[in-house]
Amino acid sequence: MAVITMREALNQALREEMLRDQNVFLMGEEVAEYQGAYKVTKGLLEALGPKRVIDTPITELGFAGLGVGAAMVGLRPIIEFMTFNFSILATDQIINSAAKMLYMSGGQFKIPIVFRGPGGSAFQVSSQHSQAMESWFAYFPGLKVVMPSTPADAKGLLKTSIRDDDPVIFIEQERMYGNKGDVPEDPEFTIPLGLADVKREGTDATIVARSLMVPVALKAAEQLEKQGISCEVIDPRTIRPLDIDTIVESVKKTNRVVVAEESHPFCGVAAEISMEIMERAFDYLDAPVKRVSGVDVPMPYAKNLEALAIPDVDQLVAAVREVSYI
Amino acid sequence: MQCAHFCGCRAPVLHVLTNVAYNQRPKTQQQTVSSALVHTALKRQESNRRPVRKQMSKQTAPSEMSTGPGEKSRTGVIDQNPLKAVSQQLKTVKQEQKHRVDDVDEKTLIELYRQMLLVRRFEEKAAEAYSMGKIGGFCHLYIGQEAVAIGAISAIRTDDYVLTSYREHGHAIAKGISPDAVMAELFGKSGGCSHGKGGSMHMFDRNLNFLGGHAIVGGQIPLATGVAFASKYKGTDQVTLCFFGEAAVNQGAFHESLNMAQLWKLPCIYICENNQYGMGTSLDRAMSFQNIAEKACAYEIASEFVDGMDVLAVREATAQAVERARKDHLPTLLEVRTYRFMGHSMSDPGSYRTRAEIEKHQERDPVKLFFSTLKEKGIIDDAALAEVEKSVREEVEHALRFAEESPSPGPEELYTDVYSNPIVPGNRAPNK
Repeated sequence: MAVITMREALNQALREEMLRDQNVFLMGEEVAEYQGAYKVTKGLLEALGPKRVIDTPITELGFAGLGVGAAMVGLRPIIEFMTFNFSILATDQIINSAAKMLYMSGGQFKIPIVFRGPGGSAFQVSSQHSQAMESWFAYFPGLKVVMPSTPADAKGLLKTSIRDDDPVIFIEQERMYGNKGDVPEDPEFTIPLGLADVKREGTDATIVARSLMVPVALKAAEQLEKQGISCEVIDPRTIRPLDIDTIVESVKKTNRVVVAEESHPFCGVAAEISMEIMERAFDYLDAPVKRVSGVDVPMPYAKNLEALAIPDVDQLVAAVREVSYI
Repeated sequence: MQCAHFCGCRAPVLHVLTNVAYNQRPKTQQQTVSSALVHTALKRQESNRRPVRKQMSKQTAPSEMSTGPGEKSRTGVIDQNPLKAVSQQLKTVKQEQKHRVDDVDEKTLIELYRQMLLVRRFEEKAAEAYSMGKIGGFCHLYIGQEAVAIGAISAIRTDDYVLTSYREHGHAIAKGISPDAVMAELFGKSGGCSHGKGGSMHMFDRNLNFLGGHAIVGGQIPLATGVAFASKYKGTDQVTLCFFGEAAVNQGAFHESLNMAQLWKLPCIYICENNQYGMGTSLDRAMSFQNIAEKACAYEIASEFVDGMDVLAVREATAQAVERARKDHLPTLLEVRTYRFMGHSMSDPGSYRTRAEIEKHQERDPVKLFFSTLKEKGIIDDAALAEVEKSVREEVEHALRFAEESPSPGPEELYTDVYSNPIVPGNRAPNK
C-alpha cells in the first residue's frame, strides 16, 4: 500500500494495463506530449511510445468512432475525453456504435473499449464545462458506467474496465484528482464491476452516494454520529450494472435512505435508485426515500452561486434528519 | 506536383484526367491545365464570393456541360445535358469499358456480371417480399448502383474489410455473404447473417470481414477509419473499404475521418457513392460545393472521380487505391457517380424527381451496359446470358425459400448479446 492521489492511481492503472496487453492503446486530446490536460497520462508517452499513446486533433466524434472501429477488429482502445463535457460530440459513436454493435451483429462484434476522463462539476468553469453525464450513458443497455470515489477504487476499477470486453464509460470526478488514499501496488489488484462498496457501516439511515458525494456523505455521517444517528454510506461505484442488492440490504437494516448526487435531479441516477428501492424494499421503509441532488439549473460561474448548486454536508445532514423525522 | 484537381494541394495524383468519368465531371474540372491553374488562382482570390465562382465556371467550362439558369433540374450528370449528350456519354463509357475488358480475364468478367445480375434480381425479389409484408422496417434497395459495390469489392482480398451504410444488401453479397443469409436477415430470421437482430440496415459477417451496415448517415466513416488504424497498428497489410452516400459528405464524421486518415496515414479507401439524392433532397439543394472528389484536397488525400455505371472503371480505380493503401498505408477518396433507380426506401413516394429523369439514367443501366460490352467483345452471348440469368434466379428463389423456412429467433434471444461479459451485480467473484 502507498498513499497516492487519484490522478496517480489512474496513471498506474493505465501504465500497468498497457504494459500487460499490447493491444491496449490510449488516444485523446493532449494525452501524449502535453502529458494530459489533468496529468493523468503523465509519463506514458515516454514509457510506451507514440504508437500507443496518441495525441488527437480536437475531433471527438472522429476519434471516438475510430476507437470503436479499432475495437471491432481486436484492439482495446482507451479513449480519453479531456472532459466528459466533450463526449457530447461523440455520443453518436458511443451510443449508436459502441453500445449496440454486439447486439445488432447478433453477437459477432464485441467492443472492448474504455471511454474515460473527468466529469461532474469542476472549479468555476461555468455551464459547458461543469456537468454530470452519467445518467445519459447509464440509460443505454450495452454500456457499463463506472464512477470511482477513492484512489484505490479508481485504480482497481479502471484496470477491470480495460480488461472488460464491453464498452465502459469511466467517469473520474474532476475535483477529486488530487484526493489521496491508500492504493495497493499489486499489478493484479482489480475490483469487479457491478459491486457496491460499503464506505461506512451504520444502523439508523443509509446514504447512497457516488463520486464527489462520497466524501461529502462521509463527513455528514461523522456529524450525524455526534447527533446520535448512525449512518451507513454505500457507494455503488458502478452505475450500470447497479448493485442494487447491496443497497436494498442496507435499507432493510436501516429503514431510511437518502440518495445523494451532484447531477441534476430530473431523470437522474438517484431517481432510478429511489425507484428500485421502492420496488424491492417498500415494506421496509419507515420514511419516503429522499433525494439530494445538484440544483436543476446550468452550472453558474460565480463562486457563491456555484457552491449553492452542488449538495453539501449540511444538506445531507438535514436530509438524513428529515427521513429520521427528527 | 499538382494534384489531379489542379487545386494546388499536395495530394498525390492517381489518374490525371484519364478516367472516362472525366466527361461527367462537374464543369470546373473540365479544363485544360492552364485554364485550371488560372481558375484556381482566381478562385483563391475570390474564395469568399460564391457567385464569382459560378460566373467563372461559365467562362471556362465547355458549353455542353453548362447549366443554364432556366434548366429545371441540375441534380444529375445526365440531367444537366440534352439527350444528345447522353448518347454521347453512353458511347464513351462503352468504348472505355471495352478497352478495360482487355485487362481482365474472362472468368472474372463473367463473375462480375453474374454478381451484378444476382444483386439486381435479389433486390427485385426483396421488393416483392417487402410489398407482401414479409420484410419489415426500412428497406433500401441497391438497384442502379450495383457496379459500385461489385466493382470495388472485386478489387480487394477476402481478408480486407468492408463497412457500409444502410443500403447494403449488394455490398453484403459482393463480400461473400450468401443471398440466403442476407434474405433471412431481411426476414428477421435466425438464419440471417446477424441472426435476425440487425435487419436490412445492420448486416455483419465476422468471418468474411464484413463489418456492417450502419444506419446513422456517415456513422461508418469513423469506424472504418478505426479499422484501418488497427491494420496499421497490428502491422498487417489489410485495407478497408468504406462506402457511404454523398449525403454523408455533409456530416462532420466524414471530414473528421479524412483528416485523421491522412494525418496518421491509414489504409482506408473512402468510396462515396454519389447517387445524387440524400433521401428526397437533391445534391443541388444540399451541398454548396458539389465536387466531392475535390474536397479530398482539403486533407491532401488522393482522390478520383469515377463513373459508377461502369463496373470496370470502379474496379480499376479501387485497385489503384488499394495498392497505395496496402503498400504505403495511404487513404484515398473515390467519388463514384451513380444513380438509384428505385426510391430511397420502399416507402418513398418519389415526388422529388421525374420519371423522365430516372429513365434517362436507366439508359446507362450498369448491368445492361456491361452485358452489351461483354456481348460486343464476344465474351458472352445470349445463350450464356440466359444461363447466368437462370442460375441467378434459382439462387434468389433458394434465398427466398431459405428465409421463409428459417426459424424466427427464440424469445430467449431478446436478452442475449447485450453484453459480451454480462455481470451479475453484487457478484464478488473477480471479472474474467
